Amino acid sequence: MALEALRVNRMRSVLTMFGVVIGVLAVVILVAVGTGAKDAVEKEISGLGTNIILVVPGRLTVGAAPTQSKLNLADVAYVRRVVGDPAKVTVSLQSGETVRVGGTEAFVTVVGTDQNLTNIFDRPLDKGRHLSGTDVDTRRRVAVLGSEVADKLFGDLDPIGRQLTISGARFRVVGVYAKIGQTFGVSRDQEVHIPVTTAQRLLGIARVNGIAVGASGPDEIEPLQSRVVAALTDRYPGEKFSAVTQTQLLGTIGSVLGMLTGVLAAIAGISLLVGGVGVSNIMLVSVRERTREIGLRKALGARQRDVLTQFLIEAVLLTTIGGVIGILLGVGGALAIQALTPVPASVTWWSVALAFGVSAAVGVFFGVAPARRAGRLDPVIALRAE
Amino acid sequence: MTAAAPDAALEAVDLTRRYQLDGIAVEALRGVSLRIGRGEFVAIIGPSGSGKSTLMHLLGCLDRPTSGRLRVNGVEMSQLSDTQLAELRNKTIGFVFQSFHLLARTTALENVALPLVYRGVGKAERRSRARAALEAVGLGHRMEHRPSQMSGGEQQRVAIARALVGEPKVLLADEPTGNLDTRNGAEVMAILDRLNSDSGVAVVLVTHEPEVAGHARRQIHVRDGLIELDTGAQESAESEQRDGGGAG
Repeated sequence: MALEALRVNRMRSVLTMFGVVIGVLAVVILVAVGTGAKDAVEKEISGLGTNIILVVPGRLTVGAAPTQSKLNLADVAYVRRVVGDPAKVTVSLQSGETVRVGGTEAFVTVVGTDQNLTNIFDRPLDKGRHLSGTDVDTRRRVAVLGSEVADKLFGDLDPIGRQLTISGARFRVVGVYAKIGQTFGVSRDQEVHIPVTTAQRLLGIARVNGIAVGASGPDEIEPLQSRVVAALTDRYPGEKFSAVTQTQLLGTIGSVLGMLTGVLAAIAGISLLVGGVGVSNIMLVSVRERTREIGLRKALGARQRDVLTQFLIEAVLLTTIGGVIGILLGVGGALAIQALTPVPASVTWWSVALAFGVSAAVGVFFGVAPARRAGRLDPVIALRAE
Repeated sequence: MTAAAPDAALEAVDLTRRYQLDGIAVEALRGVSLRIGRGEFVAIIGPSGSGKSTLMHLLGCLDRPTSGRLRVNGVEMSQLSDTQLAELRNKTIGFVFQSFHLLARTTALENVALPLVYRGVGKAERRSRARAALEAVGLGHRMEHRPSQMSGGEQQRVAIARALVGEPKVLLADEPTGNLDTRNGAEVMAILDRLNSDSGVAVVLVTHEPEVAGHARRQIHVRDGLIELDTGAQESAESEQRDGGGAG
């Protein structure tokens, strides 16, 4: 009966639904993109490895200028003693440099590190070997390439054993990392790893940028974190050091992205609201047009709630059909975005369920006023209406 | 078919109905008493503005009187809620309107079955009862047709079938031939005649055409909100009720 009424005014029903379709579509897609971004970042963070603590000089706050590092290799040795397990501490010194092979050159992130990197971070090799302790101790000019760097400089050739030039110094390639993608929008496949000692000489500095510590278990993370920070603060009175764990990173970034998703969904929700107002408007018109029908139904014994229910069902049908179409388009759109653009999109069941629930609720909310008006019509007046 | 039954089909005592139209009180009915027995065939006649439509709306429980009492099939309607009134209309009263009032996009069968929907009757039973009602008005071959595919006479017969499908005690017909030509009008009147004598439903006909009113065995003339003449007053007033033709 309600479907019939919608079919009769097909054009009008379709246009009214359109508002709801767009609202639901926007909610589903924006929530999918927001969730996708959050998932991607979380995957990146947990893809780093497990139970990692990053130690950097200065205060780690959003918007603060990077602090000039005071840490050097002696401090790394000190932290190793504090931690107790030297293999669970690694170091990083980064610099943007141009690397060259014959006529081909690339701008890469040169990372000075040591043999313990792979004890803490997940960094699988594609071929060759990792940096070794001897490489670090003897300041060898050897490099392990990120997959993109290897592709760009050597193409189809096997880079292992070949030479490349970093800021004028010649290095020998000993390994190539497997492709791992981006972390925080920075491609880690564009890194070139060399021994930290070699890097210090190459760049002419005695500092390191940061120290990473691997805890032996999740329960160990926090005590270790405070122990390291306290030890460094002891060594450098008056200086600030920060240690951040993956869990803290996940929490901070997760809540920022969650908030962003919420804001996007709220904006999309406004269009759904506007769609609901359209439904309300059309239902009022429909009630007016069908006043005689309402009068007749009442004369034949329809109670107030029968008429109210009839119009409410019509409104809810309008919005839920619109909602289902919007969900289908939204899921399709999110999949298309995922497939065709670098923007990650992840459709979650709860956003679909929520969108459907909200569209039905919009129907009830915006249908109630017109339906009540219909239900309360005086049959005598309604029957006389032209 | 006697008015002496303990409960009349309709029994009104001193009904009045006042409207507020743009702040001005209009007295449409000024004290009407009447008693219509089960199975009677009554015509309410009067010029436009006489109050006969108001009277019909009250008798059909579509409206409530400003004062006075009305018993429908023995039930005092003033004590009923709107919901109970809707149920009373559904079970006790059948309506036939001048302009048919059929649902345009709905087949004859579904139109006729509509009152049973509000009674909670199951679909199969609704269809079989609606089919029987349509056959009773000679439209067994038109069940799946829509109103737009039928003549005015056929549409009014569908409306009569709809009024009767719930087996009411009273059938209220408001100018049932007003929109029909003479031949179709006569046919509709013949059906009402036959239904009245066959099934014993009381028929109350509201009209301003004396010719149509002639089908009824009793005429009640309404003018200026009062009953001017009731040809059946002696018969209907033989019980304890006071004379319904007080306006004379």
